[in-house]
Amino acid sequence: MNADRTTSTAAAGKASNTNTTSTGSDGGPRTNTRRSTVNRLSAENVTLAYDQRVIAEQLSVEIPDNSFTVIVGPNACGKSTLLRALSRMLKPNQGRVLLDGQVIQSMPAKKVARTLGLLPQSSIAPDGITVGDLVGRGRYPHQGLLRQWSTEDERIVRESMTSTGVAELADRYVDELSGGQRQRVWIAMALAQQTPLLLLDEPTTFLDIQHQIDVLDLCAELHEEQGRTLVAVLHDLNHAARYATHLIALREGSVIAEGAPADIVTAELVEEVFGLRCQVIDDPETGTPLVVPAARKARTTAAAPVGVAKS
Amino acid sequence: MSVRFDVRAFTVVVLLLVAALAASVVLIGTGDFPIPAADVIRTLLGNGDAGQEFIVNELRLPRVLVGLLVGASLGLGGALFQTISRNPLGSPDVLGLGQGSTAGALVMIVLFSGSATQVAVGALVGGLVTGLAIYVLAWKRGVHGYRLVLVGIGVSAIVTAVNGYLITKADLVDAARAVVWMTGSLNGRDWDQVWPLLGLCAVLVPLVLGNARGLRMLEMGDDVAYALGVRVERTRLLLLVAAVLLTAAATAAAGPVGFVALTAPQLARRLTRSPGPNLVPAMCMGATLLVVADWASQRAFGADQLPVGVVTGVLGGVYLLWLLVTERKAGRI
Repeated sequence: MNADRTTSTAAAGKASNTNTTSTGSDGGPRTNTRRSTVNRLSAENVTLAYDQRVIAEQLSVEIPDNSFTVIVGPNACGKSTLLRALSRMLKPNQGRVLLDGQVIQSMPAKKVARTLGLLPQSSIAPDGITVGDLVGRGRYPHQGLLRQWSTEDERIVRESMTSTGVAELADRYVDELSGGQRQRVWIAMALAQQTPLLLLDEPTTFLDIQHQIDVLDLCAELHEEQGRTLVAVLHDLNHAARYATHLIALREGSVIAEGAPADIVTAELVEEVFGLRCQVIDDPETGTPLVVPAARKARTTAAAPVGVAKS
Repeated sequence: MSVRFDVRAFTVVVLLLVAALAASVVLIGTGDFPIPAADVIRTLLGNGDAGQEFIVNELRLPRVLVGLLVGASLGLGGALFQTISRNPLGSPDVLGLGQGSTAGALVMIVLFSGSATQVAVGALVGGLVTGLAIYVLAWKRGVHGYRLVLVGIGVSAIVTAVNGYLITKADLVDAARAVVWMTGSLNGRDWDQVWPLLGLCAVLVPLVLGNARGLRMLEMGDDVAYALGVRVERTRLLLLVAAVLLTAAATAAAGPVGFVALTAPQLARRLTRSPGPNLVPAMCMGATLLVVADWASQRAFGADQLPVGVVTGVLGGVYLLWLLVTERKAGRI
């Protein structure tokens, strides 16, 4: 039964790999409904809005199981909003988000929290809290009034800190840590939640380059070694192309393309999604696509007509 | 209620309880007719002589119990408010809940020349209405932080103006009564104040402590709390309502005793050195503070000369200044 499910998932994943959805016409997204949900997490025809401001309409996304999915797109394209919807923090005005075949809003909050973890952008470390205490709070969904702190909790917290490399910081105060260390601590907290799915909202923002790579390496390890499904929103297209196994490119609330980075990242796609002229070459280190923006002169002279046509 | 058993926090709670009880015994023994501590304890256990029994059980014990309950309610209410607003200044004193209760009480005193019970009910209603007004005005995808504090300060200013108007309207007797009420005092409190307050605490304290774990998660921001499976809006609304009720009931019983709600949670967490809301330590600290302050005011100025609110106000004001100075050094204000 289980094996059946994984193979069919893999097949479905392959089939959709090179699926470059055309959303040029208005009817485009409406026909975008996917086949029955084999994957654990998906959004079906969701309309997402904050108060009256509509961010995305009729958006459908599937997160392939066991993938490291990265969502990219220009600012305000709705990528963080999509992540909020997938993590049931934003209730879709229309459509539904499904987790294991159930509408996520209808599930008990703690049950969701044992399946799906989220590392949000806005997290506040309480005053005077130590790393160990903070990571320990990730055990909340597994505890109740009667089932409080156990040796198993202790073990999982220690493991989470070890796999994120913060074990030796356990007794330090979170306020004292550097930005990169702090991000690792928050990831450790999300890991202690022990969820097969983990969503990360711009985990590399405000970090310098070596810490960005550090955090992404950590995500790749979690994906490869622990077999978790990861979904991250990233700003840097090159990071996304290097680390993602599945890439979703969004623009103005619609999926422009999705699939393996090597299959979908082309100069045309980058121009369509970001409006940036560029070359796509092979990353000399990993062989994944590397986006090199065109020189300023080339862009201003050659791109001028395109720019006018667009605006 | 802590995630892991915290020895230091537990010790602090035990010590605070011992201090509160000791201060209570001393306070019962203090007055125009002093009674030694040993006699107080004997009388409390039911072995005293008739005269002492009357003074202890009918006159002074209810007053001390009101003090303990008011202090505990204010400490707990303050800790809830400060944690939910994620700001030490987000406490009921600053938000104007005390002023709201005062307005309710003044309406009863000045406009209706109401009885003590009517005044208490007026204060309770005034506090609840103010709490509701702050909540509605500050509501924007969840109440938090500076928005709550700023709205509270605004509401507080308006209500203070109303209070000033009511006092100028009052005749001399009512105005004197109003001013005494406004300072916050335990004078003449009897069993009629004890029972309602005790009943309310018996319901609200377990309810609040049952939700304490969710509150700890809320400290880390709404998004993190959501991600951990806390029903954020529900938990927050429930705890805010409980905090408003606790504060309003305490104010109805003893008048707006200043600054206990602000200082008790802060002092408690500095003693426990443990992160989190520190609800139980804050509650014990509030009770201890109030009883000690009442004793200090009687001791220094004679029985029933100085309302307890004056002492807590002076101590609390000094503490607030210290807090502002240190927060400024820490770069948070």
